[in-house]
Amino acid sequence: MEPPRETLQALYRAIFRIRRVQLRIESLYRLDEMKTPVHLCIGQEAVAVGVCAALRREDYISSTHRGHGHYLAKGGDLKSMIAELYCRETGCSKGRGGSMHLVDTSVGHIGSSSIVGGSIPIAVGLGLSIRMKGEDRVSVAFFGDGAADEGVLYESVNFAILKRLPVIFVYENNQFSVCSPVSSRQAGEIIFHRTPSDLMHSCVVNGNDAVEVYGEAETAVLRARGGAGPSFIECKTYRVREHAGAGSDSSGAYRTAGEIASWESRCPLVILRDRLRAERNADPRELDDMEKAVDSEIDEAFRFAQESPLPRGEDVHLHLFCE
Amino acid sequence: MQPSGRQEESRQRDGRYEPWLKIAPEFNEPAHYTGESPSGRRLSYAEAIREALVQAMEIDSSVFVMGQGVDDPSGMFGATLNLQKRFGKERVFDTPLAENGLMGVAVGAAVGGMRPVYFHNRPDFLLLAMDQLVNHASKWSYMFGGAVSVPLVVWACIGRGWGSAAQHSQALQGLFIHVPGLKLVMPGTCFDAKGLMLSAIADNNPVLIIEHRYNFRYKGIVPEQPYRIPFGRGVVRKPGKDVTLVAISYMVSEALKAADELTKCGIDAEVIDLRTLRPLDKEIILASVGKTGRLVVADSGWKTGGVTAEIAALAAEQGFSGLKAPVRRVASLDLPTPAGYTLEDAFYPGAKEIVAAAREIFSWRGSVPEGA
Repeated sequence: MEPPRETLQALYRAIFRIRRVQLRIESLYRLDEMKTPVHLCIGQEAVAVGVCAALRREDYISSTHRGHGHYLAKGGDLKSMIAELYCRETGCSKGRGGSMHLVDTSVGHIGSSSIVGGSIPIAVGLGLSIRMKGEDRVSVAFFGDGAADEGVLYESVNFAILKRLPVIFVYENNQFSVCSPVSSRQAGEIIFHRTPSDLMHSCVVNGNDAVEVYGEAETAVLRARGGAGPSFIECKTYRVREHAGAGSDSSGAYRTAGEIASWESRCPLVILRDRLRAERNADPRELDDMEKAVDSEIDEAFRFAQESPLPRGEDVHLHLFCE
Repeated sequence: MQPSGRQEESRQRDGRYEPWLKIAPEFNEPAHYTGESPSGRRLSYAEAIREALVQAMEIDSSVFVMGQGVDDPSGMFGATLNLQKRFGKERVFDTPLAENGLMGVAVGAAVGGMRPVYFHNRPDFLLLAMDQLVNHASKWSYMFGGAVSVPLVVWACIGRGWGSAAQHSQALQGLFIHVPGLKLVMPGTCFDAKGLMLSAIADNNPVLIIEHRYNFRYKGIVPEQPYRIPFGRGVVRKPGKDVTLVAISYMVSEALKAADELTKCGIDAEVIDLRTLRPLDKEIILASVGKTGRLVVADSGWKTGGVTAEIAALAAEQGFSGLKAPVRRVASLDLPTPAGYTLEDAFYPGAKEIVAAAREIFSWRGSVPEGA
């Protein structure tokens, strides 16, 4: 069922915003003022946006090194994120984390790990805390196909099923770990799609279609809130850019320019724009105005970051422990 | 529970092979406790830990206990005995054999506002959880500028003896002392086992408690009311003026035996129990070395790159002017633990090696204790 127009617009806006932030990072990255390894999620934004649209502010997410989209989709503060990329004291992690370690606990983002698979069990642990405290929350683990190679995923899913925890595993399959395609690393379809549905709901969706992702996420969230336990959503998508840094690696030997182009033509923005245009009352100016507002918000965030103070060397010892 | 002396004797007579026979209960408490009153309620080491857990769970509903076998009939050396009966299966639960995944679950629960106490039977198994312990728990506060705290306690017990061999008896504190962001606690008395456990649970940061199986022989004076022993504060177990013996956990009792032996040679040794390795009580070490001018460091872990190396380096860097002789280290051989008991005897250092190290110091360039 097609969601209402306001929902489509909100999804479009969120994806557009994440895209524009990343394009800005990409265009400024060569100046070497953002001295932190960025892992862009251009082309994958619909996964984060579709899932987070089904969540409440107080719901938890755990994220990865490729986490800009998760952070922004969950409602993380844009200025604090950009300041973190500039390693400023005003950054969300006070310049101690960098691009791979974003956090905004005010919206349930408890931090992202750059150890592949590392944040999955942490999301399960948050699910356990929700259960033990009797809270009305869910916990989402975002992870990629690299993490699906890791044993910790199996351990985490098993425990979530065992305890029927309110956890949603979002398998963001962008098909590459650095330059290694998933087909060279995994023997076949991931095993969790064979889990009996009374133990765990699982599905495969077009990860580039935010509406599809949102629909499955809503099902999973309802299930989790109702005490029926975890879900496993595989979102098939594609990493358009290179593994790390800014720019394309279409000249690389491990994939062709044609393959990249074919995925770009199916990008989340294209799919949503088509859906919006199919609406009877579509107004093209509406999207233009929204896009302008997003750009000026991004201008302001980058200005804020560039003007913010750097952490002082003598404060290097701070924050090792919490009081 | 500790077997009684009579049970112990009858088992030995019967010639049966029981896992814990090698851990003979000591009915005379080692001269550890230096509290003001020599009298008081006495508990076994396991009872002291269990009382800390019970009190913590009564005090704070966010405290829970997890780990492989915490609900076993043996109750993790007795430390978690009957806890599940008392607090229910939600708050005291067995875990799958998935050390890394479950360590991550514990981290997540802590981030979510709980206070997990995660029991591991052996430090050896912690190696499977190094990613979550070292890459995640220990870095979560710093990496996010203090935005997220991880009030997690991890407990493991060095399984020395009874032929436990290379993968069931490792003393890995040397690995963990290396990690910033992880507090490292090693109690040596019943009194400390309780007080340090309560401090660990109360701490808003990850704390690793490494126990030693031999400590479970002890009975000692343990006050009934909950109390916390501050981290980073060692204690002088025996004052002395000629040589400083720094030790931790079980090696403290070996150091005390060594000190008795040294008295017979006219050497008055001071014995320091560090209680925690991170934070490390540098002041107590340096003050004692400044007084005695001689230092022996004893640890149950490996020598190279380990705890004794760290403390010897501290003395060299910050206590050099007070030293009258080179520092001596007593540690396990740089080998995997052998199973056979004759080889174990060669592998593990104890009072004898500490005495030898101290005497060696005094033979250095004719250095003699004052008044000897």
